[in-house]
Amino acid sequence: MTKSGSHIAAIAAFLVGLAACGGSSTPAAQTDVGVTSNSILLGNTIAQSGPAAAYGTIANAELAYFTYINNTQGGVNGRKINFKILDDGYNPANTVTLTKQLVEQDQVFAMFSGLGTQDQTAVRDYLNSKKVPQLFVATGATTFMADYGKPSTADSSIKWNYSIGWQPPYQGEARIYAKDVLANHAGAKIGVLYQNDDYGQDYLKGLKDGLGSNASMIVDSESYDVTAASTVAQLVKLKASGADTLFLFTTPGFTIPALVTVTKLGWAPAIYLNSVSNPQVYMGIAKANGAALKNVTSVGYIKDPTDPQWASDSGMQLYKTVIANCTTCNVNDGFNIYGAAVAWTMVDVLKQAGSNMTRANVVSIATSGLNETNNPFLLPGVVVKTTSSDHFPITQEQVITWNGTGWTLQGSLIDERGTIK
Amino acid sequence: MQELLQQIVSGIATGGIFASLALALVLIYNAMGLVNFAQGEMAMLATFVALALIDHGMNYWIAFPVTLVIAFAGGIAIERVVIRPVERAPILTLVIITLGLATLINGLAGFIFGYVPRAFPSPFSVQTVNILGALASYQDLGVIAVSGVVLLAIYMLLQHTTVGLTMRAAAHHPEASRLLGVHVSWMLALGWGLASAVGSVSGIMVAPILLLQPNMMQTIIIYAFAAAVLGGIESPLGAVVGGVIVGVTVNLAGVYLPFVGGDLQLAVALAIIVGVLVLKPNGLFGRPSVRRV
Repeated sequence: MTKSGSHIAAIAAFLVGLAACGGSSTPAAQTDVGVTSNSILLGNTIAQSGPAAAYGTIANAELAYFTYINNTQGGVNGRKINFKILDDGYNPANTVTLTKQLVEQDQVFAMFSGLGTQDQTAVRDYLNSKKVPQLFVATGATTFMADYGKPSTADSSIKWNYSIGWQPPYQGEARIYAKDVLANHAGAKIGVLYQNDDYGQDYLKGLKDGLGSNASMIVDSESYDVTAASTVAQLVKLKASGADTLFLFTTPGFTIPALVTVTKLGWAPAIYLNSVSNPQVYMGIAKANGAALKNVTSVGYIKDPTDPQWASDSGMQLYKTVIANCTTCNVNDGFNIYGAAVAWTMVDVLKQAGSNMTRANVVSIATSGLNETNNPFLLPGVVVKTTSSDHFPITQEQVITWNGTGWTLQGSLIDERGTIK
Repeated sequence: MQELLQQIVSGIATGGIFASLALALVLIYNAMGLVNFAQGEMAMLATFVALALIDHGMNYWIAFPVTLVIAFAGGIAIERVVIRPVERAPILTLVIITLGLATLINGLAGFIFGYVPRAFPSPFSVQTVNILGALASYQDLGVIAVSGVVLLAIYMLLQHTTVGLTMRAAAHHPEASRLLGVHVSWMLALGWGLASAVGSVSGIMVAPILLLQPNMMQTIIIYAFAAAVLGGIESPLGAVVGGVIVGVTVNLAGVYLPFVGGDLQLAVALAIIVGVLVLKPNGLFGRPSVRRV
């Protein structure tokens, strides 16, 4: 793929050269807003301050990957990738302003890897109405995959066919937990703590759907609002409900205290921890604050930089080379390898677009023509794939368990492709 | 029954957190009749200072008093630099200034220390003790005990020392105090310093439970307001009792009132504030203010 891409690039460059010299009728390579003969401009909004600032490093890692591609391969097809990152502080109101700024002032070709469910939802209608690609949003909200091409719920004249997610959908993740519970804890009494917004409800729906006729295994589900000071009351109630298996569909700021509270309540349930909360850095804080962290299960689909089994893996070596381009990035932070992995897909799409560097073509490849089997930063076997009828790029994940200092992969990849409509 | 007891015990523990910050609010109110919206942020910043000291190798029990001293000095400095120029301005001006101060300190802390939550050491373990079937951790008990000690210290200071007497006099009768030779302005600064120190105790106690990050105190301060108002805003004892009542009420309402549920806890706190202000403006322990007309 890469090889043929560079051939096409060479031919394209040759043709462009011919066109420039002769002024003949040979059609020039097609471009669009934000693309020049030697550059492509991508835009991004992400939280680099505020409550979710821990995610902010993702964009820096993505920039590091683009820098690596620019330095070692001269960009894509002779075009260097420029990447403009703006900090929205995880506040959707800011996301709207900054996205408009990137589209209208900076004239970006596409938005790439914007972060946050609420934030990216807030600009989805705008970007689709302007036909600006909203590629590979950094949220597992199922709607960014399941509702591809559907009319906007607010304005049916806008079709959501310029937006696509990347990471596995939250519902798919929850379905994998359901499978794991049914296989390994068939008699479990499940208690769920979830955030009372789209994010938490997405997970809860996936769990219920995954359990299917066994949904009655859920003995209690308790929600909390992000304005809550603590979730102690909910956890006390969940414990009193007799649950022996606790699902945390929470954000890190609530997950860590919840893990500590469980220990403080003298409760030792099996814990299923959503992937949003499972980075090592958070587990470390929970442990330092007294959480027992026994019997904790989660899922992964990206290679964990702290896992010794990847020490001599070529993908991990590449990641380390890439991340050296970012002075503020912690090489062990799982968010950074996430950034490198999604940037890898972005570059893959641009390579495929070749000389036809239009928004429409790039979106078409991203949403319907992806077939990556060699993303070096993902677990072996994870495929990034979209077709004209399937817009869920990543659907495979593997169960992982906490071993006290890191995550251990269990079993093999579980694929939820086609199960979520 | 078991669950009810556990909810009450856990509520008391959470209430201890609210109480510790409410105490600082009460101190400033006593010093100058002002509710300090920046109290939580000042406490958060002091906690970051404590963590920086500990990270540089200082023993916890040395870093603790050193932080109190720094917070005390910081509180006085803020009063001298920011509040003093507008000391005689209408109360609304002062309120807006404390709001601005809150935003400023929050942004400053984020700029310097970042927003990634950090672990903060606690002198109390998370081991649990069994109280009539409900479990409480040493950490929770520690927070309550420390709030109690701070309460006692404030009570002794305000009621049984000359400085305390002078402070109260300066707050309640500034003109008369001035005539008697009291440095009213410096008494206000002293109030800010003390409140800042008390707030930093709260921050240091809360950080191991909530994780230290710039927004740590933002939700806590609403509950602390509810606690302080319920207790009668000028009563230190009221702040502690109010904190515990708010903590328990929020827990129980979330569990036993189906229309509240776990996700409307903040609404319960706000309902307490409004309810108290409407029905019993002086709270549980406040005295009605008598004014000669």
